[in-house]
Amino acid sequence: MKTVIDVQNAVKRYGTGDSSIFALDGVSLKIEAGEYVAIMGPSGSGKSTLMNIMGALDILTSGKYFLDGIEISSMDENALAVVRGRKIGFIFQSFNLIPRTTALANVELPMAYQGIKGAERRMRAEAALAVVGLTERMSHEPTELSGGQQQRVAVARALVTRPALLLADEPTGALDSKSTHDLLDLFDQINAAGRTVVVITHEQDVGERAKRIIRMRDGKIISDESNARRAS
Amino acid sequence: MNILESIKFALRGLTINKLRTSLTTLGIMIGVMSVIILIAVGNGSSKAVQQSLDRLGTNSLQIRSGARGFGGGGFAGARSRGGASSAMPLTIADAQALVAPINAPDVKQVSPIMNANVTCSNGTSTSTPSTFSGVWPTYFEAANAQLATGNYFSNDDVTQGRHVAIIGNTTATELFGTDNPIGQSVRCGGIPFTIIGTTTIKGSSGFSDGDSLFLAPITAIQSSISGYTGLSSIIVEAKTATGTNDAQSEITTILNTRHKIKGSKAADYQIFNQASLLSTSASSSKTFTVLLGAVAGISLLVGGIGITNIMLVTVIERTREIGIRKAIGAPKRVILSQFLIEATILSLVGGLMGVLGGFIGSHFTIAGTKPIIVPSSVFLAFGVSILIGVFFGGYPASRAASLRPIEALRHE
Repeated sequence: MKTVIDVQNAVKRYGTGDSSIFALDGVSLKIEAGEYVAIMGPSGSGKSTLMNIMGALDILTSGKYFLDGIEISSMDENALAVVRGRKIGFIFQSFNLIPRTTALANVELPMAYQGIKGAERRMRAEAALAVVGLTERMSHEPTELSGGQQQRVAVARALVTRPALLLADEPTGALDSKSTHDLLDLFDQINAAGRTVVVITHEQDVGERAKRIIRMRDGKIISDESNARRAS
Repeated sequence: MNILESIKFALRGLTINKLRTSLTTLGIMIGVMSVIILIAVGNGSSKAVQQSLDRLGTNSLQIRSGARGFGGGGFAGARSRGGASSAMPLTIADAQALVAPINAPDVKQVSPIMNANVTCSNGTSTSTPSTFSGVWPTYFEAANAQLATGNYFSNDDVTQGRHVAIIGNTTATELFGTDNPIGQSVRCGGIPFTIIGTTTIKGSSGFSDGDSLFLAPITAIQSSISGYTGLSSIIVEAKTATGTNDAQSEITTILNTRHKIKGSKAADYQIFNQASLLSTSASSSKTFTVLLGAVAGISLLVGGIGITNIMLVTVIERTREIGIRKAIGAPKRVILSQFLIEATILSLVGGLMGVLGGFIGSHFTIAGTKPIIVPSSVFLAFGVSILIGVFFGGYPASRAASLRPIEALRHE
């Protein structure tokens, strides 16, 4: 199997000298293609920092990070932007759709940054919105959609570039239980289609849906096991 | 990501807050408009000055009696006439001496002028012409006075001292109303004159009405009204505009000889050169234009600072959006161009509206001046407004582009 994420002895330190804090303190981690992983831990455990690193939003103080076989620990901001656009689909707690822009335009946006032509863009965006069940709501702006619908637009936007990795940061944090359930079903469906999914969460029931659970505390991995109930 | 798409994004960004966008555009518009209009006003007033001087005749020189060095021309003349006994008045003989093809080759023609302050009447209608002068027929060409109706008086009329006169439009209206004045008779200071011609309308230049005019043969004025005292002035027309300075020095030589002015003795006459008057007024109106342009330029600059301010606010307001865009793969260059294009559209639209407003505004008479648009000022104002957009929009744009995505995403 192909390795999508390979983090080697990752250290992320904020500040310098005595007052410095280790957000990541020597983390090593491998995630294979097609896995469904939950990274769990209380706030301050370093899971968000790990997510920023994995998402190429931030760079390491020391250590190495390979995403889909490419070393990105030493890339500059412009190259990171390209990697983010091509390799990663983000899903955020607060949805992070572009305001006053229709669902369709939101989903088209990452393809626009990759230079994909209008007709193909539109076709792929419509297909992605169909996958998340929002064909009827394509021309609605974020404020006209419910939280669950907004998050599904975000999922469509994350999937539309066919990324190596779907990275979700507390995706259910702002959703009610019905929408949470729908979204997690969607994640199962996406993972079943062969996509790698990494969910960062502190909610036990959300983590339980993953096939592998990594627990963190104080910048270190304290447990890494397959989920007995879900592992195939 | 092509340029068309960047423009589309920028336009969408601008329509988010329409009021703010239009106020910013208004700032640039007012800047560009005021540059164009104010420079047009300055240009219009300098053109107006030039035209009125052209009407007076730029080739002409005026000689008045009176010494130099007493300050203003008129006062100097009055003082020396009354005081200094050595001062010789200007005479008809002086005027005749200036018609000298050998000693004064640059002089085209000469006319003595004898002014008087006399009220004319036709029955119950009266008029006191601001210019009531006895002259030679050469005066008309030297002073650039053309006839609307009737005829000039001739050298024969001067020799015979005939009481004929040519009047301006104002004088004609005051004395005869709408009647044709030609052939009518008026009494000026009790002396009858027959009107034989009227001059074309000159309009007023500065403070004096050029059409309040009464011109008669100098002999007639001297014999019946002013007496044979010194002349008021002598008008000289040079052959060419460039020859006025040569003519001036030739006249100086002739008059110095006639008035016995040698060595350190001050001249008892003054020569007024219309050409030098022209250049003085041209340079002062240029200063005026530059001042107006500077004021307008400042308002354009203020408009530019307005763009920076608005773009900075926009960047802060949309920090989170910038973070999202970067997270989903927008390179720095794209963010930079989006904000730069937004600023450029603001200044471009403002600039175009300003040019339009400038053209419209220049159709109105402003402060008594008909503005005349200077084409280069239009290009300058428009170009500067575009530059302002790029320059003043550049800083906020680069700030937006260099935001780090995790910080931008954390921004609420």
